[in-house]
Order: sequence, then C-alpha cells, then structure tokens
Amino acid sequence: MGDFITVKDLYFKYEENEDGQESDFALKGIDLTVSRGEFVAVVGHNGSGKSTLAKHFNAIYLPTTGDVIVDGMNTKDDDHVFDIRKKVGLVLQNPDNQIVAGVVEEDVAFGCENLGVPPKEIRKRVDDALKAVDMYEYRLHSPDKLSGGQKQRVAIAGIIAMEPECIVLDEPTAMLDPRGRDEVMSTITRLNRENGITIILITHYMEEAVLAGRVVMIDSGKVFLDGTPGEVFSKVELLKQHRLDVPQATELNYKLKGCGFDVPDSVLTEDECIEAIMKLLKV
Amino acid sequence: MSVIKVENISLTYGKGTSFCKTALDDVSFEIEEGEFLGIIGHTGSGKSTLVQLLNGLLKPDQGRILLNGRDIWEKPKQIREVRFKVGMVFQYPEYQLFEETVRKDIAYGPKNMKLSEDEIDKKVTEAARFTGLRPELLDKSPFDLSGGEKRRAAIAGVIAMDPDVLILDEPAAGLDPLGRDALLSQIKDYHDTRKNTVLLVSHSMEDIARISDRILVMNKGKNVMLDSAKAVFSRGRELEAMGLRVPQITRIMMLLREKGIPVDTGALTVEQGFSEVLGCLSQKHAAVKDQ
Repeated sequence: MGDFITVKDLYFKYEENEDGQESDFALKGIDLTVSRGEFVAVVGHNGSGKSTLAKHFNAIYLPTTGDVIVDGMNTKDDDHVFDIRKKVGLVLQNPDNQIVAGVVEEDVAFGCENLGVPPKEIRKRVDDALKAVDMYEYRLHSPDKLSGGQKQRVAIAGIIAMEPECIVLDEPTAMLDPRGRDEVMSTITRLNRENGITIILITHYMEEAVLAGRVVMIDSGKVFLDGTPGEVFSKVELLKQHRLDVPQATELNYKLKGCGFDVPDSVLTEDECIEAIMKLLKV
Repeated sequence: MSVIKVENISLTYGKGTSFCKTALDDVSFEIEEGEFLGIIGHTGSGKSTLVQLLNGLLKPDQGRILLNGRDIWEKPKQIREVRFKVGMVFQYPEYQLFEETVRKDIAYGPKNMKLSEDEIDKKVTEAARFTGLRPELLDKSPFDLSGGEKRRAAIAGVIAMDPDVLILDEPAAGLDPLGRDALLSQIKDYHDTRKNTVLLVSHSMEDIARISDRILVMNKGKNVMLDSAKAVFSRGRELEAMGLRVPQITRIMMLLREKGIPVDTGALTVEQGFSEVLGCLSQKHAAVKDQ
C-alpha cells in the first residue's frame, strides 16, 4: 500500500461569474489521503463539492490554495500534468458524452493512440480492457446500438487501456437502468479486487457506497465523515440532516435498534438485515 | 372514464433498412382520468417511444391512440392541440431553457396557445408556485439558476400550459436524495391539487413505488403488467428477470417470505416493512408467552 493521492488543505474557488461577483469557495480545506489499491466512495448532496474534488485528482482543476499530490507529483506542476493524467483516469456520468468512435474497439483504442502506444501493444491492451469489462464480444459493434450500461463499460475500457493506476468515476450509473447499474458496479469492484486499481467513486447511491472499503462524506466543501461503510452508515440521523440517504436495509435495522431490539449497530446489505431479523425471530 | 386509450399500437424504427427495430409491438392499455401512473422498463424497453406516441411526437405504424375518446391523428393538422393537452417534460429538460428570463421561458408555451397577457401571467405564477420556484427568480436569466432551479423552471414551462395529461421522463435524475424527494412531492401535490393525469417514467423503483397509483411495466416493446404498485412489486422475481429491480425493502420482505416468515411482500416503504417485522416479532412474543 502507501499513499497514492494526498490532498493537503485544499481550497478551491471557481472564477468569478458574469456579474463580476466573487464566488464562494467550493472546497474549504480538504485533507485526504488515498492509498494505493483502495476503493473509496465519495458521497455528498448536490453542490457539496464532491465533483469539484473529483476533478482535482487528475489536474482538470488546480487548487486555489493547498496541494494535490498524485504519486509524488504536484498537480500544479505543469511538467507533470500529462503523467498524472496517465496515472489517474476519469469516467463521467453520461456515456454518450465520452464515446468518440464508430466501432467499440476503436473507441477503446482512442486514449492509447493519443499516448503514442505502439500499434501491436494497443491491440493487446484493447483486447485485455474489453475482456476486463466483459465487452469483448461487442468489439466490432457500433457503440450507439449498445445499452447505457454497456456504453459505460466501453468508456471504462477506454480508460483501462491507458493502464492507469487509479480510476475516478463521477456518478457513472446516474443515467443507467438497474441492470446497467449492477453491471458497472461489479466491473468496478472486480477491477479493484483483481487488478489492484485504486478506485474513487463519486455517487448519490448509498447502495453503491456500501460496496467500497471506505466512505468519505463531503458537505459544504469539507470532509464531514470518513470511515468504513459500517462506521459512516451507523450515523443515520446525521446523514439525514446532511441531505443524504441510507440504504433501506440500514434504515430498517436502525428502526429496530431504536425500539430496543437486539440487532447489530449497523447493517449495510439486504443479507445482513435479513440475518439480523431471522436472529430476532428465532425462538 | 379513461383519458387515454391505446389500441394495438406498433412502431418499427428504420423500416426497410438493415437497422430496422421494433420498438413497440401490439401495445394496448387504458389510463384512467386523474390517476398517477408510473412507467418502468429496462433501457430499450419502449418506454420513451411510448410516451412520445402519446403526445403525437411519433406516429404509430399501426393502431390508434384515443385522447378523451378521439383519435389523436384523426386530423393530423391539429396535432399541435394534442401536444398542448398532453404536456411532455423530457429528460434533463433544463437543457431546453432558452429565454432571457425565467418568466419568459415559462410563458413560452401559454403564449403559443394564444392566451391573453393576464391569463399568461396567471399561468406562469401558478406554475412557478407548483414547482417551488421563488418569485424573485422569475426575472433572472435561467442560466443564473442552480441546477435544481433550472430543472424546476423547465418543468414549470410545461405545467403552465395546463395540460390534461402531464408526462415526466426521469424528472429527478441527477438530483441528490433530498432534492429528489422535494421535487417528487411537489409533483404529487400538483397532481392532487390539479386532479389531472400524471405519467412518470423512472428507473428508481423506490420513487415509483412511493408515488404511483398504478404501474405500467414495459418489456421488449410490450406492456407486460399494469396494476397497483403493491401488486406489481409483489412479482419481484419476474421483474428481476426483465432486468428490473424491486425496492430494497420489498426485496427484504420477499427474501424473508422465502425463508418462511409470514410478512407481506407488498411492503413498499421502510415504514411498511418495519411494521411487518414488528407484527411478526409481537406474534412470536405472544407465542412464547403462551407456552
């Protein structure tokens, strides 16, 4: 392990708007360290600053004050921007905005081509990436005929082919149907577990955040909670005050706990919730 | 009486080309006046095609659509009238804002309906109130609003036409949980006050379960279920086979039931699930006492 991304006292303010008014800081003193191989979910309500933070991880935004260090390189250092973007790939919400080519495998190759990877090597990387997201059999299809979940997996394959050490995903499932959401989430989880890729997932869906090893909650531009899903989701009232949901399984368990029943402090999944209820019902 | 009656409609895109795809295949159903209908289905199931047919943006290859008993394509030149009566809010409608002020943007529809200035004013104020837009925002440029406010302004623009049927395609996509809840309860309040018909398309089973009177389920271009939320979500395994899900709480009830616990699998909210579990616990308690 070891620190991969370090965010130090990060403040960020957007340029002044049209009326020339000074805008408020979107990020106000973020300190955060992400280790190599971690799977971190970043949650927060609209306007909390979570997407703004995500765009700092690969130097799309630069800190107004403070620093973001990626694998020893400061994002403010112009000479390193290219290297940082090679290490940290970004996947966005709408797959239609990220697909550029008319054939799936050409789309996946696009990033590699720009990096100047030799053609033979590209062939191998594209095949491997498409296999990693389970889209190899669609390599010769046209992307616009794919479902939302499949398009998003092609977008992820395009990032994987560039062999990044970390992938940042900004609400990658917001526009997908339930099956598409499952496909993308299991792909992300597998890339983290099997390929050791560091994952930073920005999401509104608490059911997705529980799959991460760590949940960071951002509110008003600051880190508000940081811990394992169990720790963070045990604070049901606090999360609700901060405009966030908890999974329904967690809420049901919390209500039972509130009535004095002997259930765990926090459950995260359907199975854990059912186990707790079965235990209560056992005579 | 039914406000919309769909009779055996079919639609195939790209007919006669190699890209030909049947989007809807012999679909028939009726929507009751004043109901809140949820529409669910996987990506590509035909939901969007269906709602575009309902307000005359697409024309069916076969079959007909009756609005208040009249075929909407009876007089093709008057299809505009249908679009005023069946208002459509597309996905991410904030991208369609274009006027100088929010007020003008909301007024665009009523203006096209050739209403008087006074009436237009009244409709705009009402629509803004229904969607929770603060009056001081009306004279701002729509592009100076926040994302959530833009969304509301765009929805207000359709509500201002006072449609008999309001169709919303994923109105809460991309909003955080609180913003989503606020917007949906405003739509529900609007429906309760105005007593018109509302159709809501969504991928969020939790939202659909909470808000709809009935749910229409689309699968591969066919309508496969049309029933109360409770009845639809109690068929969890069938929905899963179609690539849909049931709300997590309903799934927990379903799995408990499969383990022999006598809970109602129609529980759609955490409160309902909680009271089901409490019911079982108190039964167990009584049984222990009897022994």
